Amino acid sequence: MKFLLRRVGFYLFTAWAAITLNFFIPRMLPGDPVQSLINKYQGRLSTDAINSLRVLFGLNTHTSLWQDYLSYWGNLFHGDFGISFTYFPTPVADVIAQSLPWTLMLVGISTIVGFVLGTLAGVGLGWRRGTWMDGLLPVANFFSAIPYFWLGLIAIAIFGVAIPLFPASGGYDGGLEPSFSWDFIGSALYHAALPALTIVISSVAGWILSMRNMMVTVSSEDYVTVAQAKGLPERRVMFGYAARNAVLPSISGFALSLGFIVGGTLVTEMVFSYPGIGYVLFQAIGSKDYPLMQGVFLIITLSVLVANMAADFVYAFLDPRTRQEG
Amino acid sequence: MTLASPTIRPVASASERTPVLQIRNLSVDYGYDDNAVHALQNVSLTLHAGEVLGLAGESGSGKSTLAYAATRLLPPPGVITGGEVLFTSSRDGHGGDLLRMSDAQLRAQRWRDTAIVFQGAMNSLNPVYTIGKQLIDGITAHSPRGQKEAAKRRAMELLDMVGIPKDRLSSYPHQLSGGMRQRVMIAMALALEPEVVIMDEPTTALDVVMQRQIVEQIMSLKNELGFSVIFITHDVSLLLELADRIAIMYGGNIVEDASAREVYREPRHPYTAGLLHSFPPLHGPRRELRGIPGSPPDLMHLPTGCNFHPRCPFAFDACTTIDPVLGPTRFEAEEPHRSVACLLHDPAAAPGPVPVELGVRPPGVSPLS
Amino acid sequence: MSIQADPVAVDPAVVAPSEVQLTRRGRRARLGIFRNTKALVGVVILSFFIVVAIIGPWIAPYDPSKVTPESMLPPSAAHWLGTTGTGQDILSQLIVGTQGVMVVGLVAGILATIISVIVGVISGFIGGTGDEVLSLISNIFLVIPALPLIIIIAGLLPSAGGMTIALVIALTGWAWGARVLRAQTLSLRKRDFVEAARANGEPLWRIVFFEIMPNLTAIIASGFIGTVIFAILSEVTLAFIGVTSISTWNWGTVLFWAQSSQALVQGAWWWFVPAGLCIAAVGTSLTLINFGIDEFVNPRLRNTAASAGILRKKKIRARIGFTPVYRGEKKEGVA
Repeated sequence: MKFLLRRVGFYLFTAWAAITLNFFIPRMLPGDPVQSLINKYQGRLSTDAINSLRVLFGLNTHTSLWQDYLSYWGNLFHGDFGISFTYFPTPVADVIAQSLPWTLMLVGISTIVGFVLGTLAGVGLGWRRGTWMDGLLPVANFFSAIPYFWLGLIAIAIFGVAIPLFPASGGYDGGLEPSFSWDFIGSALYHAALPALTIVISSVAGWILSMRNMMVTVSSEDYVTVAQAKGLPERRVMFGYAARNAVLPSISGFALSLGFIVGGTLVTEMVFSYPGIGYVLFQAIGSKDYPLMQGVFLIITLSVLVANMAADFVYAFLDPRTRQEG
Repeated sequence: MTLASPTIRPVASASERTPVLQIRNLSVDYGYDDNAVHALQNVSLTLHAGEVLGLAGESGSGKSTLAYAATRLLPPPGVITGGEVLFTSSRDGHGGDLLRMSDAQLRAQRWRDTAIVFQGAMNSLNPVYTIGKQLIDGITAHSPRGQKEAAKRRAMELLDMVGIPKDRLSSYPHQLSGGMRQRVMIAMALALEPEVVIMDEPTTALDVVMQRQIVEQIMSLKNELGFSVIFITHDVSLLLELADRIAIMYGGNIVEDASAREVYREPRHPYTAGLLHSFPPLHGPRRELRGIPGSPPDLMHLPTGCNFHPRCPFAFDACTTIDPVLGPTRFEAEEPHRSVACLLHDPAAAPGPVPVELGVRPPGVSPLS
Repeated sequence: MSIQADPVAVDPAVVAPSEVQLTRRGRRARLGIFRNTKALVGVVILSFFIVVAIIGPWIAPYDPSKVTPESMLPPSAAHWLGTTGTGQDILSQLIVGTQGVMVVGLVAGILATIISVIVGVISGFIGGTGDEVLSLISNIFLVIPALPLIIIIAGLLPSAGGMTIALVIALTGWAWGARVLRAQTLSLRKRDFVEAARANGEPLWRIVFFEIMPNLTAIIASGFIGTVIFAILSEVTLAFIGVTSISTWNWGTVLFWAQSSQALVQGAWWWFVPAGLCIAAVGTSLTLINFGIDEFVNPRLRNTAASAGILRKKKIRARIGFTPVYRGEKKEGVA
């Protein structure tokens, strides 16, 4: 229990640090971005929006930094991230609420599928070394070095344009209204196929390589030899002894690289114009929509922290040593 | 560490003893190419039913390699390049050559016929499973399906046998002390009442008091259950106490194979004699402690001829060219059961009679060769 | 690469199972990492791109930004990789863009490595509260998703050029290296030769620079390469989504223009395929080098890698728990 409490404490602290960072970043940057925005959105920004921008960038000279910080937290607790320019006058919170489920489904599921597939393949490759399957390693190596978005471009070029099997953009058929009907869900799955495939393919290679190396390392532990000496069935030794222990560092690796993977998958959404957080971020960048960018950053960070915490719980469940006191 | 004086055990004659494990001409390489290290060269050794066979030597002498290769458990880059390892049950006569068995045959044979207690119990138990689970899975792998309850009862019985409370079945390895883990490993090895138990330095990592307890436990279990033991250690004094027979290894070869008493009282190989001068005697008059000059051989660059000749006080010219094979001593007529690999015992090659130190005769035998 | 006095230091459990291997490792270590085929292939590919980065501006056949009427031409003798929608030569864009990619990767890699060495080694060496605080900071930087953070910062900056991007990437990408280095320093600190140096009363800086650092070389190198990969991918991604300045060329910029000019729909594969392959090639070369370092540091991985060819030829299946029996030309004993 102590282990998990420590981890929860760490995540709370990290969340605080990320939120605070989010507060300070705009304040540390040079220039007066608000003025340039006002110029850009000639007359389209309300006085309210300009004021909240000034608060956001710390340009409000009437209040102290500390007061700003407190009101920033106050706003956060009310779910108030400001108003989005891109989707003016929709509040940032609403924009995020609409797009987040799409990302959670696409990125969440395909990342986990990639991890599971890659880990299984890595187990096989690490266990049966010196077979033809070792030929897969250079391929995996190559794929792990490809940026997600480029693989997305290739996927669109092949399966969206050259052989139009799948839709190249969007999250669902334009003629449908989001609802829980079969038509809509079917269309959503159809649209998700290509981006999901992209994410799985580009993430799977990394997991194969790291799991293989872990398997090689764990396989030479004494307890694996003992398991063989006991005459246990091959599968039992491979999964129950070697893979069971090799997956532990892989899970902590998974947790730690989530931040990196999520970054890559967000760009995949941009390529596919998928209506998730990543695409919203893309729009926000295009129109210099700072409130939206910051809201998206916060929500991504918090999601990654929650996912990390989940991975830690899985780890604690799998490794009895973390459960002991001290 | 005095369990009992190296009492004079009756040495049964070869015809009475039934071999359970016969290692013949076993050769092992580390590495697969031409640069491979020849870790074992044509090693032969026989373990008889009910016997405690001690395997001693410096680190790098190949004693662990021999045990692991004989059970096909040697990790890469180890590869067996020749020989045979015959197991013959003393109970019903089943068995065969372990080196020619299929994976399935080998798996079935393992743990049921031969079990191993590994060096360093810390790493031998999987840290993520309870010891109960690890005891039970070894049992169920060799019993018909649906015997889970019986296996669990057996596991409790085994823990009880090595003096660990039954409720420890649900403990994880990290919750046990080093001595307890080693007992668990012993219990695990005995789970299926194997005929051969190989113990690879089972007490090395333990403190002296714990060592003594474990060794006593092994011996009493052995007397109770009647298995044969190959006991690997660098501690010759320990072997003198518990082994029936001792094989001394040097540089990937067995250099002497004789009863414990004979090794202690009447060493025939210069290396054995040197080993005995490396630690204080347990009983009797004090000896001069000399140690052995030089350092253990580098298997990458073994000397020509006899591996021991650069360190041997008795070496003569032929030692640098002829590699002696394990054969009878110069006193073959009186001690036909023991063997030695030294040119001094080869009447054709030796320059003269066996040096006094290597020619000590049992009481009552005239000191003549 | 013979600086690595004791490659086993990475993990005490890594010690090879037999005494025999110890001597073999000694011999291998002297021959160094470049005997490793993987690493060698990686070095060759990487050198090619480094050379292109240096001489790029001189060997590019056209001005990469020059707009011509010859738009959307597929590859031909005049334009090896075809032209863009505005008639620019794509090969020239790639050649000139190599420099941007390499410089940012290198600068970010060096900066991040410096930060990670300072934080990691100090953290591992001092221990106590200082260590707790430094580890906490690096763990925070590890779990906060770096790319979105970089996007935010780069997006807020008025004009984000290459150096700014490198700086931001370095500031967000040092944590992994620091974490690994801390763990290694921690284990080194307890080793005999460090204890001995301390007992001799050697000054702290001397212990750190002469006793600890040489044993961290392989890990620092591997961390550096990892960061360079991260930096290159991040930079190209940023350029692709249009956060950074689009006036300087790099491979991401090429892809940005391809994407925004609908190259995909028009089937202009020559516009977006080569840039991606370049990224993948550089990434692969760096991972190959890192594999070489891994195998150099972890003897278990090396043993399997080095002998794979001989094993295949002799049909020996090296595996745990079933020692192969090889009696000359044919395999036996393994069903």
